[in-house]
Amino acid sequence: MYTIREALAGIRRAPVLTGLSAAMVALALFVVGLFAVATYNLHQALSRVEERVEVVIYIQDDVREAELRLLEEDMLGLPEVRGVRHVSKDEALVRARTDLPEFEELFLSMDVNPLPASLEVELAPGFRDPASVERVADRTAIYPFVDEVRFGREWIDRLHLLRQIGGIATGILGTAFAVVAGLIIATAVRIAIFARRDEIQIMRLVGATNGFIRRPFLLEGALTGILGGFLALLLTYLATVAVSRTIFPLDWIPAEWTVGGVAAGGLFGLVASAFAIRRYLREV
Amino acid sequence: MIELSHVTKEYAGRGKALNRLSLRLDKGEFAFLTGHSGSGKSTTLRLIHMAESPSSGEVVVCGFSSGGLGSHEVWKLRRKVSHVFQDFRLLPGRTALENVAFALEVTGAPRHEVEPRSTRLLAQVGLAAKSSLPVHELSGGERQRVAIARAMSNEPLVLLADEPTGNLDERASRGIMELFRDLHAQGVTILMATHDLELVRAYPDLRHLELNQGELVFDSHAVVAGEA
Ligand SMILES: Nc1ncnc2c1ncn2[C@@H]1O[C@H](COP(=O)(O)OP(=O)(O)O)[C@@H](O)[C@H]1O
Ligand SMILES: [Mg+2]
Repeated sequence: MYTIREALAGIRRAPVLTGLSAAMVALALFVVGLFAVATYNLHQALSRVEERVEVVIYIQDDVREAELRLLEEDMLGLPEVRGVRHVSKDEALVRARTDLPEFEELFLSMDVNPLPASLEVELAPGFRDPASVERVADRTAIYPFVDEVRFGREWIDRLHLLRQIGGIATGILGTAFAVVAGLIIATAVRIAIFARRDEIQIMRLVGATNGFIRRPFLLEGALTGILGGFLALLLTYLATVAVSRTIFPLDWIPAEWTVGGVAAGGLFGLVASAFAIRRYLREV
Repeated sequence: MIELSHVTKEYAGRGKALNRLSLRLDKGEFAFLTGHSGSGKSTTLRLIHMAESPSSGEVVVCGFSSGGLGSHEVWKLRRKVSHVFQDFRLLPGRTALENVAFALEVTGAPRHEVEPRSTRLLAQVGLAAKSSLPVHELSGGERQRVAIARAMSNEPLVLLADEPTGNLDERASRGIMELFRDLHAQGVTILMATHDLELVRAYPDLRHLELNQGELVFDSHAVVAGEA
């Protein structure tokens, strides 16, 4: 009760300082928030590209329906495979005519359909990497009626590399941003506590216990962090909306990330306060 | 109640503020601690309040030893020994009442008792009319009284006062002394640092200790004992 009252009183007595601390925390977390939005959207974009990763199995013309069914079922049984679509010779021709209208004449002049039927194998999320694609392709080798297997190996390799570089870069940058934000929060809290060192000394001199002195400061630190977290969230949201309207559409980050960010702000404020106040509890 | 044994206090590069000082104050005593400026009066009071620890020697107050009391436990001593600081150490932005209430609150007094007790303490030091004024609007003598009211708030066994009449006129000084005499009559042990020898002479019944360059050079009790 005293703790809550005193923490709120602390904020009320020094609104400018509390506001400045919260603003510092907000700016620090704003940078982290922007980074999170960028990371999340890059991740989403990569995933959308990866969804197009597929293995196309070209089938010889003389295949029997039952044999084809067997291959299809075999593919569907693999954990790497999400779905299989059968494209008949006729469908292939229709597609070719719409995709390549400049050869319309050529297609019409032919009396036999030169295009093979195929199975388009769609891969499950998490298996859109070179090794999995290779595994699926290899599986078709035992079927004699399979003519050819295609899966843009080169761009799958590149996509995979991009994903790995992206993962490392976001890991390093994310850690760096979080550390910088942590240092800024710690500094903000230190300044707030330094401003009240006289009060802390007086409390000790009149016989308050360390726990009693510490508690309102911990609460105040946590509140400053949470307030800063909310401000940062608001700023990040506004920035995301602004970019979406003017430059290119961005997805908003998942709710768990926002809750995590605000909670991290509060936790940082709390821990930073605990550290900052320690020396003043030994001074007199 | 208070015992200093061969206490030396050295500040880095400043020499010895106290030099093998030994003195003993029994329960219920009232003593003046005099000496020139820089003789070590404030240092002695801070050591007794355990805001500092001796470079060597031992300070024992109310059963707590300077050697054994960690900084996380010093509150136990501070609830028995109050210090009226030379510079008051009040919270500038707050009223007289809030300053006294603060000490009660942070030492865990029941919430409903805080305000009536603070009001009563301020009335005791004659400040009832000014209790709702911020302390920075009070005169030196009035602030001194707020500091004394705060020091009395936790009903201490020992009261340390550092030049409490330092910048007060004759009448205000007498007022403070009356307050201390009342507390003493209630059984509080008092050690008061002062350089006002006239004041000391006005109370010949009280014990008089004199410091010079960190050493005890005069003790009225020892003289009496020596003569007897
Ligand atoms: N915190 C300190 N740091 C360094 N020197 C100090 C400190 N406090 C006191 N001193 C020195 O210790 C000596 C005694 O000071 P003090 O106890 O304040 O004397 P008094 O109260 O009798 O005037 C002085 O020489 C003073 O300069
Ligand atoms: Mg002094």
